[in-house]
Amino acid sequence: MQSDLPLYPDQASNFAPNVDALMIYITAICAFFAVAITAAVIYFFFKYRRKDPSDVGVAIHGDMRLETAWIVVPLLLALSMFGWGAVVYVDYRRVPMDTLDIYVIGKQWMWKVQQPTGLREINELHVPVGRNVKLILASEDVIHDFSVPAFRVKMDVVPGHYNTMWFRPTKAGRYHFFCQQYCGTNHAIMGGWVTVMEPMDYAAWLSGSSDATANPVVAGEKLFVEKACTTCHLSNGTGRAPSLNGVYGAQVLLADGSTVTADDAYIRESILQPQAKIVAGYQPLMPSFQGQLTEEQIIDLSEYIKSLQSQPAPTTGSGVAPATGKK
Amino acid sequence: MPREHYLNATYGIRSWLLTTDHKRIALLYLASVTFFFFIGGTFATMIRIHLLTPKGLLVTPETYNKLFTMHGVAMIFFFLIPSIPAVLGNFLLPIMIGAKDLAFPKINLLSWYIYLIGGSFVLYSFSTGGLDTGWTFYTPLSSVYSNSAVTPAVLGVFINGFSSILTGLNFIVTVHTMRAPGMTWFRLPLFVWAQYATSIIFILGTPVIAITLLLAGMERMFHLGFFNPQLGGDPILFQHLFWFYSHPAVYIMILPAMGVISEIIPTFARRPIFGYSFIAGSSIAIAVIGFFVWAHHMFVTGESTYAALTFSLLSYLVAIPSAVKVFNWTSTLYKGSISYDTPMLYALGFIGLFLIGGLTGLFLACLGLDIHLHDTYFVVAHFHYIMVGGAVMGYVGGLHFWWPKITGKLYPEFLARVAAITLFLGFNLTFFPQFILGYLGMPRRYSSYPPEFQVLNVMSTAGASILALGYLLPMVYLIWSMRYGAVAGPNPWPATGLEWQTASPPITENFEVTPEVTWEPYDYENRPDLGLAIHGAPSPAHGDD
Repeated sequence: MQSDLPLYPDQASNFAPNVDALMIYITAICAFFAVAITAAVIYFFFKYRRKDPSDVGVAIHGDMRLETAWIVVPLLLALSMFGWGAVVYVDYRRVPMDTLDIYVIGKQWMWKVQQPTGLREINELHVPVGRNVKLILASEDVIHDFSVPAFRVKMDVVPGHYNTMWFRPTKAGRYHFFCQQYCGTNHAIMGGWVTVMEPMDYAAWLSGSSDATANPVVAGEKLFVEKACTTCHLSNGTGRAPSLNGVYGAQVLLADGSTVTADDAYIRESILQPQAKIVAGYQPLMPSFQGQLTEEQIIDLSEYIKSLQSQPAPTTGSGVAPATGKK
Repeated sequence: MPREHYLNATYGIRSWLLTTDHKRIALLYLASVTFFFFIGGTFATMIRIHLLTPKGLLVTPETYNKLFTMHGVAMIFFFLIPSIPAVLGNFLLPIMIGAKDLAFPKINLLSWYIYLIGGSFVLYSFSTGGLDTGWTFYTPLSSVYSNSAVTPAVLGVFINGFSSILTGLNFIVTVHTMRAPGMTWFRLPLFVWAQYATSIIFILGTPVIAITLLLAGMERMFHLGFFNPQLGGDPILFQHLFWFYSHPAVYIMILPAMGVISEIIPTFARRPIFGYSFIAGSSIAIAVIGFFVWAHHMFVTGESTYAALTFSLLSYLVAIPSAVKVFNWTSTLYKGSISYDTPMLYALGFIGLFLIGGLTGLFLACLGLDIHLHDTYFVVAHFHYIMVGGAVMGYVGGLHFWWPKITGKLYPEFLARVAAITLFLGFNLTFFPQFILGYLGMPRRYSSYPPEFQVLNVMSTAGASILALGYLLPMVYLIWSMRYGAVAGPNPWPATGLEWQTASPPITENFEVTPEVTWEPYDYENRPDLGLAIHGAPSPAHGDD
């Protein structure tokens, strides 16, 4: 447990110890310089105080060796901070493959969370200890930011973009999450709690409810038919548009000769701005669905497309319903 | 005091409102920026009182959001940015280089009127619904979703930008063309170098914020899609454009203060400044490198990893010239003859606070740490250490230093020292706890907060009340001294600059005869005219240039 006046928040993710170690390193260097310079100023202040009103100081105009030293030494130290910071950051931005994917949608002024089973939460996020968790972040209106101080993670939630962040919770408990990008009137209460559970508890919590319609893959499949996507995106590849079987995570060759990885952002863009990236061998025929789909519907469609991994899509849900799960 | 000087040369309201004398325009600016400082300070006081309790003590969340937004807009655009350049710079720059006025006296007056018009638009916004977008005006909150008076505020800041541009233009032309005989570039006071570097940013940066805010305003008024994704725009584009100006704007605020400190320290240590050319060059380096660090405000927007790495590295580079200045100032104290006069207390306070503000910038430039610290109170503390601990301490210190020149009167020294120390202590108590709050994760711009953050917030509010007293004190005794202060004489400290070679207050033309400069800056050894004891032989030229 921490004291009444802690200096750092709980360490509850894989990133927390790294970030804290980096903090200590930079604090140590900065404290050294702050103390040394302040001590020098105070020492000179008393040592060379004016004794006689007409006194003048000794004319010393400069020293090249000193100037060189206090350019080079701080530069080297600064570069070491940059380097270490870069290592931590690259780790943070490189999302591992085996993640538990959870959608998080920010809107003025609440968070909607959708677990992989389709289970929905409001201003609550349940995650298991020890699993790599990826959050896919979308906004329905202004820019928000999803931040968990105990995990030392933060990512803006930008309308029109999918941002992703990941972490591996290391300690069960309940931790604050905040909206950390000012978003209007109720910004300060747009937060909630992350509940980190033991994996068994998490599984029990997830299955503690059943609601077939909540399954995003099922909902997405229904939308896929309703919006007439099936007219062109034939699964055998003979349609006017490319087959979507196995597309998620694959490299897609585009008409301009470049390739792109079909990730969440690509799927989203292809739905909303189909003309942005045209698949090689196909005509730019697809209409934009901008403004016709809610963020949740886009997620459902994405989940359905992600489920098309060269095998028949599941036609029945795993059966989940609104949770009364453990808090 | 001289019988006739710039204050009594002519009388009447017209002689002030239509003046082209840079010194009078400086005083017009002094009155107007003080007015905005008072407004911004009132908002700050309300913010700190509100945050005494976790649920918020004073106002609704909506009003709180308006308070911190209007605090930021008033302080940044209408106090900090014009404060030192338009008040002290306007007054001193021509005198320091031995000129009669700025190169374009009428444009100088025009810039003040533009400032007033911009300020009026902003005050109109404040009083008709207020502004709740944050001073950063992030889209699409500002351009679509906010219900407050965004349009007049955006127009006000847009208009005000031209005032900065004209001031910058005036300063650059003046320094190039109007230096007195013998006033070579490397004899320029470091305050002039700092104003010159600031002017470069004024001219290159301000047009970008102007066009950015105009685009946001057009999106709001005419639904043109620049930044709103639903209209095909990109909200991140706004941030790039906004910070392309607004990061250099930080240097607009701090560089002139550094210039003030570079004048005060050699004067009160009575010796040449250590490393003149390094301090002068570092001002230019900051102005230039400062243009290439803007996206460090955007490390968590999802910008590419390569962009983040580049901007982090460049941000570390811009720290070096600031470090060079601090080392040189400290070394200037070595073997000086140091007095405890009020301007020196401000200068030493500046070093201490700027040191903390600058060093904490290294935490935020660090990618791995910024993920955690971004948009927390750590950032709030960091930039207040730079802008209040640095820029405002420099401004108030400079006001004291040149007050005898501006008014011809001395302020009460004891009260002034008390105020300087009060400000230093109050400032640290206000803002140091916020570093810890930030690391604990408290987000900025929150009108309410989890109860575990209360202790540090109460400390901060206690500090703010001391800080407010520290600001009220100089307002009272400086005004008092204009009538009742002792007569200062031309050079009370004494100092070496040209501005101290003329009467206090100066005559309208600044000098009876155009001066000729035959000495190096801050050179006490070869200045028998100052009436000080001189030990040792006359020194040779600079060791470092």
